[in-house]
Amino acid sequence: MAAIDMKNIVKQYGDGFPAVNDVSIDVADGEFMILVGPSGCGKSTLLRMIVGLEDITSGDMMIGDRRVNDLAPRDRNLAMVFQNYALYPHLTVYENIAFPLRLAGMANNEIDEKVRGASKTLELDEHLERKPSNLSGGQRQRVAMGRAIVRDADAFLFDEPLSNLDAKLRGQMRTEIARLQKRLGITTVYVTHDQTEAMTLGDRVAVLKRGILQQLATPRELYTQPVNLFVAGFIGSPPMNFLPATVEGDQLSLPFGTVTLPPGRADRAQGKGLLIAGIRPEHFEDASVAADAQEGSTFRATVDVVEWLGNEAYAYIPFEAPPEVQDQLNQLEKDLDGESMRTQLVVSLDGASTIAEGDEANIWVDARHIHLFDPATGESLTVERPAGADATGGDTAVSQGTPDGDTTVREGE
Amino acid sequence: MKSKMGIGHWIGFVLIMVWCLLPVAWIISLSLKPEAEVSAGSPQFLPKDATFANYKKIFDDSDFTRALINSFGIAIIATVLSVLLATIAAYAIARLEFKGKKIVLSIALAIAMFPVVALVGPLFDMWRTFHLFNTWPGLIIPYMSFTLPLAIWTLSAFFREIPWEMEQAAQVDGATSWQAFRKVIVPLAAPGVFTAAILTFFFAWNEFVLAISLTSTTDSRTVPAQMSYFVGPDPFNPPFSLLATASVIVTIPVLIIVLLFQRKIVAGLTSGAVKG
Repeated sequence: MAAIDMKNIVKQYGDGFPAVNDVSIDVADGEFMILVGPSGCGKSTLLRMIVGLEDITSGDMMIGDRRVNDLAPRDRNLAMVFQNYALYPHLTVYENIAFPLRLAGMANNEIDEKVRGASKTLELDEHLERKPSNLSGGQRQRVAMGRAIVRDADAFLFDEPLSNLDAKLRGQMRTEIARLQKRLGITTVYVTHDQTEAMTLGDRVAVLKRGILQQLATPRELYTQPVNLFVAGFIGSPPMNFLPATVEGDQLSLPFGTVTLPPGRADRAQGKGLLIAGIRPEHFEDASVAADAQEGSTFRATVDVVEWLGNEAYAYIPFEAPPEVQDQLNQLEKDLDGESMRTQLVVSLDGASTIAEGDEANIWVDARHIHLFDPATGESLTVERPAGADATGGDTAVSQGTPDGDTTVREGE
Repeated sequence: MKSKMGIGHWIGFVLIMVWCLLPVAWIISLSLKPEAEVSAGSPQFLPKDATFANYKKIFDDSDFTRALINSFGIAIIATVLSVLLATIAAYAIARLEFKGKKIVLSIALAIAMFPVVALVGPLFDMWRTFHLFNTWPGLIIPYMSFTLPLAIWTLSAFFREIPWEMEQAAQVDGATSWQAFRKVIVPLAAPGVFTAAILTFFFAWNEFVLAISLTSTTDSRTVPAQMSYFVGPDPFNPPFSLLATASVIVTIPVLIIVLLFQRKIVAGLTSGAVKG
């Protein structure tokens, strides 16, 4: 086991395009690190540079205290699970798992012991003599993991391992991977485009956009203190709402009305003119069912569509955005692999709410969780960079965030 | 599904079998007839007096056995070398990006389409100068150059089907490039390798034009060429029964190989080789 330290890693392709640009990430020994971002953000390239399948243009890749930039994959002692599993179709499950051990020239009885151990851990015992083509997706996934854990590798690397599974299995395997990693306590780097996997699995998460590291933090910090528009929009499901806003003193004017911000929240936003306010859907509530409406404001708006899910409901409220904000939001959607849609507010309401489509409703907004972003740079004006741990802010987010975290899981699948 | 085959299917099946196998049966029948029976005007289909005399006679003929050895030697060496080279070349073509890849492939195809007869004259002159005339290499080299293109095309198609990740997984698992190639890629491409081997072997085994033009003695003459030297005492009455016997003998290895390799090919195709 070893720490992986990436120092100013750059990957430039032949045409000069930097797929990974000056990324530094330190993965501590035994840590579960997630690389997440939309497609084309360089997360897979970065993983392949760690394992040695991709050359590093510049920077230092340290595993333990060795600089591995110029080592072949087989000399790096890392185990990798590929997106399509890359099982060897001509070998049985047993031989697939034994493959790395046979290459290492291990004795037969030792191989047998290790393979049986791994198959027991992954509950593959009854499939050992079968060929991969006769296995289900989840079983193949487990064989691929077996091939990884059977070696005493320094670290595990996962390249979108769950993206080929159906939703139910994905949830199960996710828990399985988390459990396995905790038990083996092995350094793990996990690539995904799915923010749910990122939030649920990672000790820390590195959010990448077009080859540039946006934020490296714990899932909780990413959720409560996103440093820019991209991270704010990427983490959370349904995504954060972005509204045009202006600040005067502690008064924040939104398209629906004015909200009084908690003291200090708007300090850095003074005199900036037009801003983008970010509010997560779960920080709104139907004013009639909001229990703790002490901090925040209430406004009236006409609800366009309501999606009732039982434990909660999503209400959609369209609004008009000025062009400069609209441009920034369209760009953000593009970065997030989405479509530019009409500007609308998504509001998560309690399941007990009786607001119906077409109603003009009283909506309460929690002013403590409003983020402000500079529309020109996309940088957050409410979070210090580098993001410091804000104890009180974090605690508030726990009570608010946990039930919504569950929502996120279900929504992501 | 076989139980569902209607009477029409069976009639069609039998017709095709008769159409294909009648000549074979005729040759076998001829090979079992004594010489007198063959030359006696219009012979009946089945031998009246079946005998293995022809087989004994032909195996006693040292020219024929020598030609048989030549045929085997040349065909096997040409096949092994051709498949070996084609595997490596096809792998490079499938995996590497290099300048002139398209040119290599189109030239290979052009060679495969080149008429063999057009090369006989130049090759004859060249081989005499290089002292390759009437030697094994003198036949092996042109056989390889005619079968390599097809083998390369077949194999590179197979290699392209194998996902890159297979190899990368092997390398991460601790394999050298060569080990990854040998333990993962080649087994997966086995059906392709066998196909290429069969095609090459058949070409070398059956080839006549080069075999007769580039040889002069039984030092290197192969069976198809040697058979044209089967002349009896009477020029108007060639030894048909001996020719038929030789044909039967030459066909047997081909049959065996097809049966053996065919099973391999089917096994390879059904193992789900390319389904990751």
